[in-house]
Amino acid sequence: MGVRVINDKCKGCTKCVKSCPFDAITMVNRLAVIGNACTGCGVCVEVCPFDAIEKTEGLASKIDIKDYKGVWVFAEQREGQLMPVVIELLGEGKKLAAEVGTELCAVLCGDQVEDLVEELYTYGADKVYLADHPELKNYRTDAYTKVIYEAITEYKPEIILLGATHIGRDLGPCLAVRCGTGLTADCTKLEIDPEDKKIKQTRPAFGGNLMATIVCPNHRPQMSTVRPGVMEKAKYEPERKGECVKLTVEFKKNDIRTKIVEIVKKATEMASLTEAEVIVSGGRGLAKPEGFELLKQLAEKLGGTVASSRACVDSGWIDHSYQVGQTGTTVKPRIYVACGISGAIQHLAGMQSSDYIIAINKNENAPIFEVADYGIVGDLYQVIPAIMEELDNIADKN
Amino acid sequence: MKVLVCVKQVPDTNEVKIDPVKGTLIREGVPSILNPDDANALEAALALKDKDPSINISVITMGPPQASVMLRECLSMGADDAYLLSDRAFGGADTCATSTTLAAGIRKIGDVDIIFAGRQAIDGDTAQVGPQTAQRLDLPVVTYVQDVQVNGDTVTVQRQMEDGYEVIEVQTPCLLTAVKELNEPRYMSIYGIAQAYKKNITVWNHDDVNLSPEDCGLTASPTQVWRSFTPPTKGKGEMLKGSVKEMAAEVVAKLKEKHAI
Repeated sequence: MGVRVINDKCKGCTKCVKSCPFDAITMVNRLAVIGNACTGCGVCVEVCPFDAIEKTEGLASKIDIKDYKGVWVFAEQREGQLMPVVIELLGEGKKLAAEVGTELCAVLCGDQVEDLVEELYTYGADKVYLADHPELKNYRTDAYTKVIYEAITEYKPEIILLGATHIGRDLGPCLAVRCGTGLTADCTKLEIDPEDKKIKQTRPAFGGNLMATIVCPNHRPQMSTVRPGVMEKAKYEPERKGECVKLTVEFKKNDIRTKIVEIVKKATEMASLTEAEVIVSGGRGLAKPEGFELLKQLAEKLGGTVASSRACVDSGWIDHSYQVGQTGTTVKPRIYVACGISGAIQHLAGMQSSDYIIAINKNENAPIFEVADYGIVGDLYQVIPAIMEELDNIADKN
Repeated sequence: MKVLVCVKQVPDTNEVKIDPVKGTLIREGVPSILNPDDANALEAALALKDKDPSINISVITMGPPQASVMLRECLSMGADDAYLLSDRAFGGADTCATSTTLAAGIRKIGDVDIIFAGRQAIDGDTAQVGPQTAQRLDLPVVTYVQDVQVNGDTVTVQRQMEDGYEVIEVQTPCLLTAVKELNEPRYMSIYGIAQAYKKNITVWNHDDVNLSPEDCGLTASPTQVWRSFTPPTKGKGEMLKGSVKEMAAEVVAKLKEKHAI
C-alpha cells in the first residue's frame, strides 16, 4: 500500500471513497480505510480536504536496495553521556562496514550534545549525523522516531544497529514500521554474507533454547538491536577525526504526544553487570534474602559485584536490575561464581560466555555443572567462607 | 471507556526441554499458556474496570483456532469480549506482519481508548509487536509500563528504565506495554469461568479485517528465518573433590594459576 489514512484528521466525508478509481476505500466507523485494491495512485491524497491521507513511500517494499549504503549505529545518550553499548555497537559496526566495504556512521540525538561527536569519531565513526534540539534532550518515542526516520529516508543506510536497552527496544520497532522494514531483536551475533553482502542476524528464541539466524533480504535498512555486553568494544583512537552532518530538526504541535513529568532514579546504585569483571551470583539455593550479604563479601574480595538468578528476583529478594539471564542481563565477566543456582537454560543463556565459571551447588546433578569450569558440590554457606579464607591466606603470603 | 488488551498464547518456555541425544527442542507436552506479560496487561485493564464497571474490556489475539482456549481464560478473568484473528494467510508472520494484522483487527473493533499489551512474549522476547501496532494505528505508545493512573483523557504512567523510571503523561487513545512489575494478575474465578462460556469469541479472517493475503503472514514479513539451531553449550569442566577446605583451596589455586585473580 502506498497511501495511509491519518485517523486523527479523517472527518469521514467520503470524498476519497468516491474519487478512488479502484474502489479501494471503504468507510469503517466513520474513518476511511484503504483496502486491498489500492495501487498507491495517490488520487485520494489530492482530493482529501483535510490532508488526512498521505503517501507512504517508506512503507512500499518495492525499493531499490542498491540505493542503501552505510552502517549506522544509534548513539544512545542519557544525560549527555554515551551508553556503554554504543561503543560496543561501533566496534561491531566497524567490522560489518569493513566487510561490506562501506562507511560507519553514528546517529546522535540530544540537546547540546555536540561534544559527543568527537567521542564517536575516536571510537571509529567516519560520519556522525547530529540532531541537536531541546526537544531531544530526553528520549521520547515520537520525537526520536520522527528525526531518525527522516534521516533514514534522506541518507538511506543499509544497516542500523541499536542497543537492546529500554530505549533501543522502543525506538527500533517504531522505526522499522515507519521504514516498512524488518527488525531483529536482541542479536547476539552479526555476520555479513560474503556472497551478497547482506547481514545475518543470530538471536536466541524460545527462552534461549533455540538460536535463530534471521535475514532481511528485500527491505532496507536491515535493522538489529544488540544486547549490551555481547559485542567487543571499539578501539579508542584519540587522534581519529570524522565528518559531522547536522540534521534539520523541526517539530509541529502534536508531533510529540508524550510528556515526561518526572525522572526518578533508583536510590540503589545501578547494577552495572555488563561492566563487571567478577560476578558472584545467587539463586534459590541461598534459601533466604540475607544470603546476598555473604555473596557481597566474596564479591568485594574479588573486586566484583553480586547478581542473581530469576528465582531470587521473583521471590523479591533482590531487584530485577541484578538479574542475569534471558529476561535479565547478559554478562561475560572474567569470573562468574554461581552459588545455589541450578542453571535453568534461561540463566545459562545469560552467562555461559563468562571466562571462568565456578558453580557451587548441593545437588551434584544441577545443570549449572554442565557449563562450569570448576564445580563444587556442597553447601554454599560453608564453601564461600572457606574460599574467602583461602583468598585471605594468599593475600597474606603476597 | 473501551479498553483493549492484546494477548498471545505461547508455549511455556520454562517447560521446554532439550533432547539430550539429538540436541533438538522437545515440543510435545509443553503446555500453552497466556503470555505472562500479557496477563499483567489484562490485569491492568481489569483493575480499571474494578473502579469503573462501565468500562468494556476486549481481548484480541492472532493465532491458530486453539488460541480460543486462552481467550476463554481471559474472559474467565473478567474480559467482556474476545476476538481471534485466525487465518492460514496470517501464518509465518514476523513482528512487522503481525502488527499489520493486529492493527487491522483493532481498527475493525474501533473507538478504543486504551490498548494494553504485554511488553514481550516469552517465545520470541522481541518486545516489538506492541510499539509496531501503535505505529500502524498512529497512536502514541509507552513501553515498559510499571504503573498506570487514568484521569479522564489523561493517562499517567511510570515507564521502567534500567536505573529507575520516568513518569510520563499521554492522552487517550494510546497503547501501553506492561511489565511484570505493573501488578499481580488475578486468577480466574468460578463465577468468571461460568460466565466465560456464555460469552462469544469472534473469529475474523483476513477478509473480515480488510486485508489482502499479500499484506499478511509470511509474504508480508521483511525478515525471514534463514536457519535455526540449538545453541552449543560450553563443555563441562572439572568437578572438584575433597573436603570443603580442600575444594576451596583448589579453586583459588586454579584461578590464580590461570591469572584470573
